Amino acid sequence: MKQKLFSFVSLLLIVIAIWYLAALLMNGNQLINNLERKKQDWTYVQVIKGAYDVKRPMLPAPHQVGQELIKSIIDRPVTSKRSLIYHAQITLNSTLLGFVFGSLLGILIAVGIVHNKTLESSLMPWVIASQTIPILAIAPMIVVVLGAINITGVIPKAIISMYLSFFPVTIAMVKGLRSSDKLHEELMHTYSATAKDIFWKLRWYSAQPYLFASLKVAIAAALVGAIVAELPTGAQGGLGARLLSGSYYGQTEQIWSALIVAATLGSILVWLVGIAERVLLRRRGELDHA
Amino acid sequence: MLATEETTIVSEATVTEKPKREMIAIDDLSLIFPSKDGDVHALSNINLSIKSGDFVSFIGPSGCGKTTLLRVIADLEKATSGNLKVNGTDAQDARLNRLYGYVFQAAALLPWRNIQQNCALPMEISGLSPAQQNKQIDKYLKMVGLQDFHKKFPWQLSGGMQQRASIARALCLNPDLLLMDEPFGALDEITRDHMNIELLRIWSETQKTVVFVTHSIDEAVLLSTHIVVMSPRPGRIVKVIESPLPRLKTLALRDDPAFHALASEIRTALAHEHAID
Repeated sequence: MKQKLFSFVSLLLIVIAIWYLAALLMNGNQLINNLERKKQDWTYVQVIKGAYDVKRPMLPAPHQVGQELIKSIIDRPVTSKRSLIYHAQITLNSTLLGFVFGSLLGILIAVGIVHNKTLESSLMPWVIASQTIPILAIAPMIVVVLGAINITGVIPKAIISMYLSFFPVTIAMVKGLRSSDKLHEELMHTYSATAKDIFWKLRWYSAQPYLFASLKVAIAAALVGAIVAELPTGAQGGLGARLLSGSYYGQTEQIWSALIVAATLGSILVWLVGIAERVLLRRRGELDHA
Repeated sequence: MLATEETTIVSEATVTEKPKREMIAIDDLSLIFPSKDGDVHALSNINLSIKSGDFVSFIGPSGCGKTTLLRVIADLEKATSGNLKVNGTDAQDARLNRLYGYVFQAAALLPWRNIQQNCALPMEISGLSPAQQNKQIDKYLKMVGLQDFHKKFPWQLSGGMQQRASIARALCLNPDLLLMDEPFGALDEITRDHMNIELLRIWSETQKTVVFVTHSIDEAVLLSTHIVVMSPRPGRIVKVIESPLPRLKTLALRDDPAFHALASEIRTALAHEHAID
């Protein structure tokens, strides 16, 4: 545990150090250009001091992002439109909705594919093709088309989340549902088990480890989907909207703090799926074993 | 007076062994696996009759078709030609009616179920009530000596205990016929001896018919009432030997001259076939 914490902290320190250095180089250059344009003299000390204090820096230093995070998370009420918690919660809604429906859809498609050869040859190419289309290209179309039939708000964003999250679940579940032991299948055969029994008592359980591995990917993809869905559509709320307005007004601190919140949110979501996995493994009596 | 006489006769009859019926009847059965390098004759012209209550071992070298023959009886493989009756019906009906319990070489317990839940599996499928399930589980786990292991998961048990659990699972549906495919093949010799004696005890307690695949001559002699010696290429029966030893044997019997005589008879039958090969 101690060792784990140590390696985490030392890596964090290295990242912060690199970040400060990069901020100095990028913002320093900006500063020097400005000063030279104004035909002013400058010294390196002046540049180093100024680099971490520029307004609208090219790369804000960690403490600047930290200040922005404190301002937009702690100082503002959660209901404020300038609170990152408020925006994170909007994104979280569509992420979770999209994740739940995407996972269910992914499982359903996999069940269909595993049980029906025709479905495999007819559906699988579409499943794969769906993921080769850049999500940025179809996200606005989905939002506009659904908007035209008066479906707005969380639903279009959830659909884009679903679009991204069903795929890993389908692929993993097709493999998982086929991963059951040949011997166990024969055993079920000797009990003259029905297809339903074989599915619910054998295949479903064999697939569970695969399912959880894919759910971790799916929930992260659902978050990306929700943010991407907020980007091009002029959404008023959500982390994507925060990113977009930040880039409109050159508020790099705002962009970076929204990114950090998004990354933290993603980590928490993946961690929660991990906890659900551990609870299930314990119930299956496999935790100490695995 | 007449009536009482009749009842005494009937009760005498029930005390003695159940009347034997034909459990498995195999008539000129062959199984050919087609392959690119020519057909493989896994089983060739098999004729065999197994009576209820018998303990029959199939013995022979690898590739002699002993496991395949067991799988055909279990309807896990289909014969190419010939006739097979299991308890008077064809093999598929016997399987669909859950007439037999099958024990594989590996215990094949589901890792996500504890021992009790594993034993419950066949009964869940056949639709027994949970109360009946628990009654059977308690009875047979006790019979195989695992009464304190209901809640343990397979990985917490040794190989021998896992195999016992799988035997209990096979017994839970109370089938008339027990098909066992080298069930103790993966166990060490000491555990194996112990399991053999346990199996003999269970067999005599339950009066079941057992068909047992092995490649150990000692095991075949120790367990069986009948020994079916088989030979490869093509897989066929060389000799069926009826054991002169008592039904219920002990480990001490292995020092008996009759035991050695039977073992030697089996060895001769096996060697003879190899010479021809």
